[in-house]
Amino acid sequence: MTAQIPLVDYLVLGDAPHLQANECTSCGARYFDRRNACAGCFGTEFRKVDVPTEGEVRAFTIVTFAAPGVPVPFVAAVVDCNGTSVRGNLINVDPDPEHVSLGMKVRLATYSLGLDDNGVEAVGFGFEPA
Amino acid sequence: MADDIYILGIKMTKFGKHPDKDTVDLASEAAMAALADGGVTMKDMGVLAAGCLMGGGGIGQQIQKQIGQTGIPVFNVSNACATGATALRTAIMAIKAGECDMGLAVGVEKLAGAGLLGAGGRAKSDKKEWTPSGRYGAVTGTDGRIGTDAMPGTFAQVGMEYGHKYGGASFELFAKISEKNHAHSTLNPLAAYTKRMTLEEIMNDVMIAYPNTRSMCSANCDGAAAAVVVSGSKLKTMSLEQQRRAIKVSASVLTSDPWQEACQVLPDVNTLTKVAAKQAYEQAGVGPEDLDLVELHDCFATAELVHYDNLGLCEEGGAVDFFNSGATWRDGRTPVNVSGGLESKGHPIAATGIANIWEVCHHLRGEAGDRQIEGAKVGLAHVIGLGSACGIHILEKSALG
Repeated sequence: MTAQIPLVDYLVLGDAPHLQANECTSCGARYFDRRNACAGCFGTEFRKVDVPTEGEVRAFTIVTFAAPGVPVPFVAAVVDCNGTSVRGNLINVDPDPEHVSLGMKVRLATYSLGLDDNGVEAVGFGFEPA
Repeated sequence: MADDIYILGIKMTKFGKHPDKDTVDLASEAAMAALADGGVTMKDMGVLAAGCLMGGGGIGQQIQKQIGQTGIPVFNVSNACATGATALRTAIMAIKAGECDMGLAVGVEKLAGAGLLGAGGRAKSDKKEWTPSGRYGAVTGTDGRIGTDAMPGTFAQVGMEYGHKYGGASFELFAKISEKNHAHSTLNPLAAYTKRMTLEEIMNDVMIAYPNTRSMCSANCDGAAAAVVVSGSKLKTMSLEQQRRAIKVSASVLTSDPWQEACQVLPDVNTLTKVAAKQAYEQAGVGPEDLDLVELHDCFATAELVHYDNLGLCEEGGAVDFFNSGATWRDGRTPVNVSGGLESKGHPIAATGIANIWEVCHHLRGEAGDRQIEGAKVGLAHVIGLGSACGIHILEKSALG
């Protein structure tokens, strides 16, 4: 089996890929990166929590003009995963306003970013129509 | 109790392409013009605050070397698109603290032809080995793979989020906001673009990040703006003409974004604007219904919509109906961006937060010519710097006027 590495460290691969957040044990605020203290309540203890893999599109844009090296078009979105806001692309859907809509139900999906010289496969994530 | 603060002199350069001038030239042009407008010189200044976001450090000292080195303290400030407002606020704070009675604030930027801002990040397309790095342990660039880093798409989502919450925010609606600002710009000789555009032209323009087409994005351009601020007690010792043209700064507020659930994935430009607006209205003792004109941060057409709501110009959730009522056109109840806004006047980043104040002052002084909002007495200027910083100033016509 090909060795895999996630695009970002908060993506957990395996049989049931999902995102993992650092949750403030005091107020429940969630962060995808490390924090010295909670930006909301200043608490300093965090625990790892799994983020729900299904959600609803709360905002999106269809990017057709981007920096060099960034393939277009793509759909950037904010997905509300049962109270945790997640930033990600909408994938496996035509990138046009007829197929993407506010409030649409989506679920986490992964895709290959290719192999490096060591044969390791990088895996990215997005959200596809549920 | 702290003394009142007034704008004594203020100027913006023509916004557009200035291939023959560098940032120091443009900043000095604006600074000299603001000093002349106020009838004072560098000798009178007790503090200088200056910003040039994309430039190197030390723009303030560079300006001094160009127009007058007197040894006063210089604050070089950087606060994204709120840099100009931050420079002004810094000069105001120095006066309020009693350290001096007059100060100069300058913002300048050269951005003509700069292209897309915010995008790019880490370019690592020809990797040999996937290696995690950075705060998210990313093995390659995330712009375009995990959402967008560029401004047009970021602010597109800000507008779409509002639409999702309250409804009615269509591509056409956002384009109509842009149509208004481009129409307003035809009366502003200092705007970078002064061409009226039809709704069809705007909607059929190159799509950058749906629903923002090119003409719905702020225009990258060169420009500078500068303001001289003075304490009320000092102003009383000056000429009647200076007192007549002085504009009272009845509120000067700067906020950053308080924590909100989703702010780590999409910058929250709403809460800090609402907080700043509330503080500003309280400081000034006026309400949104008292405003004769508003210059707000329409970095994208999608942003203008949400700020109608954030600034309390309409009831909560009512921005779409408010715009559709015609209220924000120059002949409406609350004219918004009669300068043409960032979409057509242009957005030389650090200059914007002083140029919008110049626009309001211009009307309050009754000097706005063809685009004068008749009888304007109170105006508000707002900027957002992503990251985030929000500057709001409320300005009032001199009682002597």
